[in-house]
Amino acid sequence: MAKHILAALVENRPGVLARVANLFRRRSFNIDSLSVGRTQRDEMSRMTIVMESDSAEADRLVKNLYKLVDVVHVDHLHSQPSVVREMALVKVRATSDNRREVIQLCDIFRARIIDVSAESLVVEITGEEEKLENFTELVRPFGIVEMVRTGMIALGRGGHTLKDEGFKPNRSRAAARSNVL
Amino acid sequence: MSDEDAATNREAVNPEAVNPPDGGADAVVLTGAEIVCECLLHEGVDIVFGYPGGAILPTYDALTKYPQLHHVLTRHEQGASHMADGYARATGKVGVAMATSGPGATNLVTGIATAMMDSSPIVCITGQVPTGAIGSDAFQETDVTGITLPITKHNYLVTSIDELPEVMREAFHIARTGRPGPVLVDIPKDVQIQEAEFVYPTEPIQLAGYSPPKTARARQVAAALELIRKSKRPIILAGHGISMAGANEELAQLAEKAQIPIALTLLGKGAISEQHPLCLGMMGMHGGAEVNHAIQQADLLIALGMRFDDRVTGNLATYARGSRKIHVDIDPSEINKNVTVDVGIVGDLGEVLRQLLDRVERRPNKAWFDRIAEWRADSELREIVRPAEAPQHPAVPEGKLLGAQVIRDLFEFTAGGAITVTDVGQHQMWEAQYYQHERPHSLITSGGLGTMGFGLPAAIGAKMSRPDQEVWAIVGDGGFQMTMMELATAVQERVNVHIAIINNGFLGMVRQWQEFFYEERYNQTPMVNPDFCKLAEAYGIPTVRVTERGQIEEAVNASRAQTGGPTLIDFVVEKEEIVFPMVPAGADLDDMIRRPTPAEFERQQRERAAAAEVAEAETTELEAPAAAAALGSRFGV
Repeated sequence: MAKHILAALVENRPGVLARVANLFRRRSFNIDSLSVGRTQRDEMSRMTIVMESDSAEADRLVKNLYKLVDVVHVDHLHSQPSVVREMALVKVRATSDNRREVIQLCDIFRARIIDVSAESLVVEITGEEEKLENFTELVRPFGIVEMVRTGMIALGRGGHTLKDEGFKPNRSRAAARSNVL
Repeated sequence: MSDEDAATNREAVNPEAVNPPDGGADAVVLTGAEIVCECLLHEGVDIVFGYPGGAILPTYDALTKYPQLHHVLTRHEQGASHMADGYARATGKVGVAMATSGPGATNLVTGIATAMMDSSPIVCITGQVPTGAIGSDAFQETDVTGITLPITKHNYLVTSIDELPEVMREAFHIARTGRPGPVLVDIPKDVQIQEAEFVYPTEPIQLAGYSPPKTARARQVAAALELIRKSKRPIILAGHGISMAGANEELAQLAEKAQIPIALTLLGKGAISEQHPLCLGMMGMHGGAEVNHAIQQADLLIALGMRFDDRVTGNLATYARGSRKIHVDIDPSEINKNVTVDVGIVGDLGEVLRQLLDRVERRPNKAWFDRIAEWRADSELREIVRPAEAPQHPAVPEGKLLGAQVIRDLFEFTAGGAITVTDVGQHQMWEAQYYQHERPHSLITSGGLGTMGFGLPAAIGAKMSRPDQEVWAIVGDGGFQMTMMELATAVQERVNVHIAIINNGFLGMVRQWQEFFYEERYNQTPMVNPDFCKLAEAYGIPTVRVTERGQIEEAVNASRAQTGGPTLIDFVVEKEEIVFPMVPAGADLDDMIRRPTPAEFERQQRERAAAAEVAEAETTELEAPAAAAALGSRFGV
C-alpha cells in the first residue's frame, strides 16, 4: 500500500465528474481525495486523484479511467518528480487572550490569516499533506471551529506535462460546453 | 468493425435522402427529428426497433418521411433493445433501438446492460422531456443518461440541435469501434422540434480520449512467441473477440501452425469450426471435462479476446496454476483484471494474430494431444446424447424426451447450419454442448448478463438482420414467458423465426442448483404454464408439440418448411434433467460434478437396490436412504 497520485486531463463536458465518480463506486475504488478544476484551455479540465492502494489497483484505475471517452490523458505523478499541494481553510478559536499564540504558529507554518473576529481566526494554509496535518494538530488545542481542505493538486516538475496534443475542441460543441460538472 | 465498415455502410444510403451524403454542398434546414433520421441513413441503418411515446413523437413523425428506415414496432421496449442486440450480433452492424422518455427508456435498460456485458454494438435513441423541463420531475421524465451511465460504453444528453449531427456520428463510431458496446443518445423533445441547417459532418471524427488500439508492441509479440516456443502443453482460449475482430482465419492458422488446441468460451463458439480437429469445445462451468482438465494441466494459456469470467475460471486461486499466461484483448482494463498474466497484449486481435503468425514456430505436441484424447474418451463414455439408433447410456430414462436430445437432433436436422439464438438456462448450456457451430456469429446468446427473456426478441432481430439465414430461437419455458409478447412483433413483421421451447415446467437451471446445493427444496421453480401451442395459435402461428424423440425430425422439418412467419415447437421434455458436467460456483475448474460412466452407474444402481432391501428389512427411519435413492435414480449422482 502506498499513496498514489494520478492526474487526469478530461474534456470539459457536462457529466464528466459524474462518470469518474461513478467509476470509483462501480469498481470499488477507494479514493482519498479528488479535486477538479479548469486548465489553461477552456475545453479541458484537470483532475487530481489520490488513493491509498497497491500499484495493481492504481493501474486498474488508470485503465478504467482511459475507458471513459471524455478522459484524454492520465498519468502517475507519484512515480516522478512532481510538486504536490493542498490548501486548507481553518477557523481556529482565538480570543484576545491567545490570539498571539495562534498567530505565531501561523507564522512558523507560513500560513495566512484571512479573517479575524472577536472569537476566531480563519487561517489559509498551503502545502503538502503532512504540513497541513501538523498544523491542524498544533492548533487543535485552541479549538478548530470548522475547516475545509481542497484535496491535493499536483503538477509534474520541469518538462513533464500531461499530453493534450491531438485534442481539438469540436466546433459546434464548444458552445454547448459549459463546465465539467 | 472498422472505419472501412462505416464507409461501406455509407454507400447504402438511399439516394433520395434529403441531403446526399457525398456532396453536402447545399445545406438544408431540417428539424432535429429529421436530422436524427438523416444521420441514421448516413450510418447505413435500415431497421429501427422501437416503441413510440410522447417525448419521441417528433422523431416518429419524421420517420414517415424516411421510408428507407423500416421501423419495427415491438410490444415492449425491452424487446426493442434485445432485437437491436440480436440484429447487431448476427452481422456486426450497429443495431438501433428507439423509445420514449421515462418508462420507455427504463424498459430499454435490461437490453442495454445485456449488450454492454457482451460487447454488442447498439445505439439507443430515447426521447426526453423538453430541455426547460429537465430536472423538474416532469411527466415521464427519468434521468436516463444517469441510469445508463454504468451500462453504456458512452451516452449523451443532447442539449442543442447544433451538436446533434456530431453526437449521432460519434455514437455510432463509439458503438462499433474498439471494444464494441451500447451507446445511448437522449434527445429532448424541443431539440427534436427545433430547426437548423443540416450539413453532415465530413471531417474525420476526433475524440481525444478515444483511440482504439491496433497493433501490439514488438517487444510483447516477441515475449509471447518465446512463451509459445517454450511450451509443451499450450492451449488457446478463444472468446467473443475473435469473431468480433473477424480474426477467425488467423486463429485457425495460428492453431494449425503451432499445433495448439483451442478451447472456446460460450460466446467464443463460432470462433473456429467445432468440427476442426484442434477445437476442443466449450470450457467452464458446463464445459467439456476434457477441456477443463486441459486448461488446469496446461503449461501455457493463450487467451484471445476473452475476459476470464468467473464462469470459465472457477476458483481463481487454483486456476491453471502451472501455466504461464498470454492475454490479448482490445480493452486494456481486461488485462490482469481477474487473472494475472505474464504477457498482456493490447490490440486488435486480427492485427496481433497476424504479428504472431509471421514468426510462430511449428511445434508438434503429440504427448499433450494424447493426454487430451484420454480425457475425451472418458467423457465419451459418460455421454447420454447419442444418435437415436445408437445404444444409449443406461442412465437415459426409457421413453422420455431429454432437452439435450432435442438440441442434438436439432443440430442434425438443421445440418448445423442455422443461426441459433438462445435464452438463458439449461437449454442454453445444452445448446452450447450439443449444437456444433461452424461459422462466426451463428450462436447468439446472453453470456455475460445471463438475461432471461433475451432469446425470442434477439432471434427476431437476428432474422431481420440476416433474412437469408435459417434462425432458431431456442428458449426455455421460463425465459420465453418473460418476453413472449414479441410473438406479435414476429407475426406483424412476418419474421420467419423458428421457436423451439424446451419445456420442462421448471426453472430448470435454478432447480438444478436447488437439487445440488439446497437439498432439493424446489422453492418457486415449478411453473404452471399455458398451453404454448394454443397461445401461439392465438397469434396465428403454426405449432407442433413434441413429446417423444421420434417426433423431432418431422416437427423440425415441418417448421423449416414454413416461410411466411414464425413457427413454434413445444418440446415437452423430462422435468428433472441435469446439465453435466458442472463446476459448482467457486469450485476448482477441474472439480466437476460428472455423470457416471455406464459401469459406475450400474454399480450405483446395484448398491442402491441392496441398500433399499436392507432398509426395507429394518423398520427404522427410512427417510434418508429413500431421498438418496430418489436423487440417484435419475442420473446417478
